Amino acid sequence: DVISWASYMTNSPTVIVMIGLPARGKTYISKKLTRYLNWIGVPTKVFNLGVYRREAVRAYKSYDFFRHDNEEAMKIRKQCALVALQDVKAYLTEEGGQIAVFDATNTTRERRDLIQDFVKENAFKVFFVESVCDDPEVIAANILEVKVSSPDYPERHRERVMDDFLKRIECYKLLYWDLSFIKVINVGQRFLVNRVQDYIQSKIVYYLMNIHVHSHSIYLCRHGESKHNVEGRIGGDSELSPRGKQFAHALRDFIDEHKLSDLKVWTSQLRRTIQTAEELGVPYEQWKILNEIDAGVCEEMTYEMIQETFPEEFALRDQDKYHYRYPGGESYQDLVQRLEPVIMELERQGNVLVICHQAVMRCLLAYFLDKGAEDLPYMKCPLHTILKLTPVAYGCKVEMFYLNVEAVNTHRDRPLGKIPKDSTLIHRRNSYTPLSSHDQVKRPRLYSAGNQPWLPLAPTPSALMPEERQSQVSEIVKGSPSKSRRLSVIGPTTVVIMCLAFSHLSFGSS
Amino acid sequence: MIDNQEFMVEAYPRELTQNPLRKIWMPCKNGHIVHRRVCMTNCPTLIVTVGLPARGKTYISKKLTRYLNWIGVPTKEFNVGQYRRECLKIYKSFEFFRPDNEEGLKIRRQCALSALNDVRQYLSVEGGQVAVFDATNTTRDRRKTIIMFAEQNGYRVFFVESVCEDPEVIAQNIVQVKLGNPDYIDCNSDEAIKDFMKRIKCYESSYQPLDEVLDRDLSYIKIMDVGRRYLVNRVVDHVQSRIVYYLMNIHITPRSIYLCRHGESDLNIKGRIGGDSGLSDRGKEFAKRLRNFLQEQNIKNLKVWTSQMKRTIQTAEILGVSYEQWKSLNEIDAGVCEEMMYEEIQERYPLEFALRDQDKYRYRYPKGESYEDLVQRLEPVIMELERQENVLVICHQAVLRCLLAYFLDKTADELPYLKCPLHTVLKLTPVAYGNTQTFDLTAFSPCDPQLSQEAPS
Repeated sequence: DVISWASYMTNSPTVIVMIGLPARGKTYISKKLTRYLNWIGVPTKVFNLGVYRREAVRAYKSYDFFRHDNEEAMKIRKQCALVALQDVKAYLTEEGGQIAVFDATNTTRERRDLIQDFVKENAFKVFFVESVCDDPEVIAANILEVKVSSPDYPERHRERVMDDFLKRIECYKLLYWDLSFIKVINVGQRFLVNRVQDYIQSKIVYYLMNIHVHSHSIYLCRHGESKHNVEGRIGGDSELSPRGKQFAHALRDFIDEHKLSDLKVWTSQLRRTIQTAEELGVPYEQWKILNEIDAGVCEEMTYEMIQETFPEEFALRDQDKYHYRYPGGESYQDLVQRLEPVIMELERQGNVLVICHQAVMRCLLAYFLDKGAEDLPYMKCPLHTILKLTPVAYGCKVEMFYLNVEAVNTHRDRPLGKIPKDSTLIHRRNSYTPLSSHDQVKRPRLYSAGNQPWLPLAPTPSALMPEERQSQVSEIVKGSPSKSRRLSVIGPTTVVIMCLAFSHLSFGSS
Repeated sequence: MIDNQEFMVEAYPRELTQNPLRKIWMPCKNGHIVHRRVCMTNCPTLIVTVGLPARGKTYISKKLTRYLNWIGVPTKEFNVGQYRRECLKIYKSFEFFRPDNEEGLKIRRQCALSALNDVRQYLSVEGGQVAVFDATNTTRDRRKTIIMFAEQNGYRVFFVESVCEDPEVIAQNIVQVKLGNPDYIDCNSDEAIKDFMKRIKCYESSYQPLDEVLDRDLSYIKIMDVGRRYLVNRVVDHVQSRIVYYLMNIHITPRSIYLCRHGESDLNIKGRIGGDSGLSDRGKEFAKRLRNFLQEQNIKNLKVWTSQMKRTIQTAEILGVSYEQWKSLNEIDAGVCEEMMYEEIQERYPLEFALRDQDKYRYRYPKGESYEDLVQRLEPVIMELERQENVLVICHQAVLRCLLAYFLDKTADELPYLKCPLHTVLKLTPVAYGNTQTFDLTAFSPCDPQLSQEAPS
């Protein structure tokens, strides 16, 4: 019988469909949600229709592309949706994906019908995430922060951008059609939740209800250097060394300098982080789940001792540092599972300083910086260094502050050279393998010019294509009359779209 | 989470000392360990139910209270109906609830105020963290009174409204819950139902549900059609977020939860705690009997969960069905005492041994865990159990005690002493009578009295 170590992984894959007018935070939600799901070990990928559309149609001219009376444009947009859905299908059925986030406006009944049919055909589950906003200030701020630096707008003139974008929004003011979903209203002020079907949808709802967009910073650092650090021992519950105490002192100055209002301070329940916090002279909260990874039988040993006493364990760890579990202890994978409530609470909070440990800090950092299981255990988190994370548009800005107090280096690099992998050894239990959103298999997508007549004054379609596709383009354009069909399927899952490059064509998200 | 916000800023850094029982490092002032409180929010929370009679308000109140207490948030419910029964002594008929009954209105208002007084006592004097004010609270006026009360006392208010128009659900509620109610003790069912329906009518005309526009500044969750749909407005802090998540995961579909320990293990026979040993012969026999038992029970779509320790997995393997492994179901970590016998522990660590008896719930093994830690780690399991339907959980003694304490509403003092013998299956079936979701607890011993020789703990 099959051992289902995580039943939601063997259930049908889910397509999350975003709905909402432009500048309602759909892409922000898509990316953040995807990052979270990958971190907790659910393979997830975003399919942003704007990216497909931008690839299909190179130069954005104006909002006319989005008018519903613009038939040509409508066709292109529909083709893009079809291509994207084919990629979704491949991801969920062939590439091991569990969740696909379909990021587009999806505001028409017709488009949602298309998606519903697709989902039914493939026996996927579907969950809608609708973002609705009626606060004009929020919309304006949204546009400025994100769209000004978008590839669609080469000009930086703010007013023009705003004006153009608002015109785009007008094109979408249609009646919605309520479906099974979560409706996020005014960036999380209110939620309407309808017919949650399963565990993963329930977690998605909980996550979406806990994130916010207020500006805040999260400071991550390790405890000051400890006595065990100095001796090269891992784990244990030792005190700070004199240099560690110096660091705590410097940390106090750092906090004063940065004038952080309402800073919350969190520590683990191990002495070294608490000692560090004590020096700050502010209230702090102790979390047992922030304790360092449990090294089981290897606790308090040096790496040399481990190599000597448990040579196989030592070798195994280098083979797959993420999944490797110390005998009687934990793995990085276990750590991620244990740290999930910390991440959830960090999302809820404002400014927080987390004083923790090397392995723990790597796991938290991997969440914010979207690092996968391969990279996570080798991220650099040196002692006496503070990382300041500030959410910025779709990602996270990182600033590093080294407080000029010397400390030993506890980092072990990834071993060089090939390490024979023993495939029978690592037996994954109960999910929680972070994938990075970037870790997904990339499939080539092919677009080429269509057989629509184009104006001689406009740049030729092939000129708009990157080098490698030009030959394909010219072949089709020169092709026989039998190639008058708009669509030709090249591979099993790629669709060739005809690219129309007219000067009056305008673009935006599809 | 443990915080020390009660501290005044004094000389820093302070010396640290480790509480010998809980193994928690705390600053000490002049050699005294300063007490701290586990707290989830900065100020107490007043949860206020809203809804017509027979909408499940009391069911929700009791369940929520049980959950919050289990995760360590001191919570108490205040049922205004109870206060009214004490005041009135004898319930005559629905006429008491008529909106034009001056006398009735006066008494009902008095009862609400009396209950609020007790709420204040609980939250501001007795150290309670959450109070659940369970009443219809169907008018905006009444809710305004409560909001003002909360403001005066520095409490946060969170409304939980239950809206349901499905006549079948309502009828079922009335039959299951109201007929056994002390109000209808002398009536036959038909009379009782008729009277109760009229009672509901008395509230309907003045019912002002929470409104998306008029009440947009309030924090609330509106539960519609027994959990098919939710409207959540302005969740402001951690405890409200947890409450919302919990309410969205519970359901009332009939189902059963089966709890048992792994079969007897080799270490059990030796009288040693912890470790990761395999099943003994008797343990394997139990697993076989368990398989037969489950087949007899003929359970629909049974899910089976185990820990990641050999003995539970071996037990599940013998069942021959697919199962899910949860690391969070692993037995309590006894730290330095792992694989020792109680006699050995008493000899080697006499102080630890004594401390454990002092406060078994909070006692943490050196480099190990406490029951309190266990509860925190089991919370996702409880949440998923609430979402699921028929489940069999094969786990361990301390873990089973924690899970049982949640379902049977046992306190921290009772939890570590709950009886969970080997080779016994506990079947929990939610039963709603008298507004309590209690559990019919049937203990099956698929093996005849062949209990192992494990040390009492």
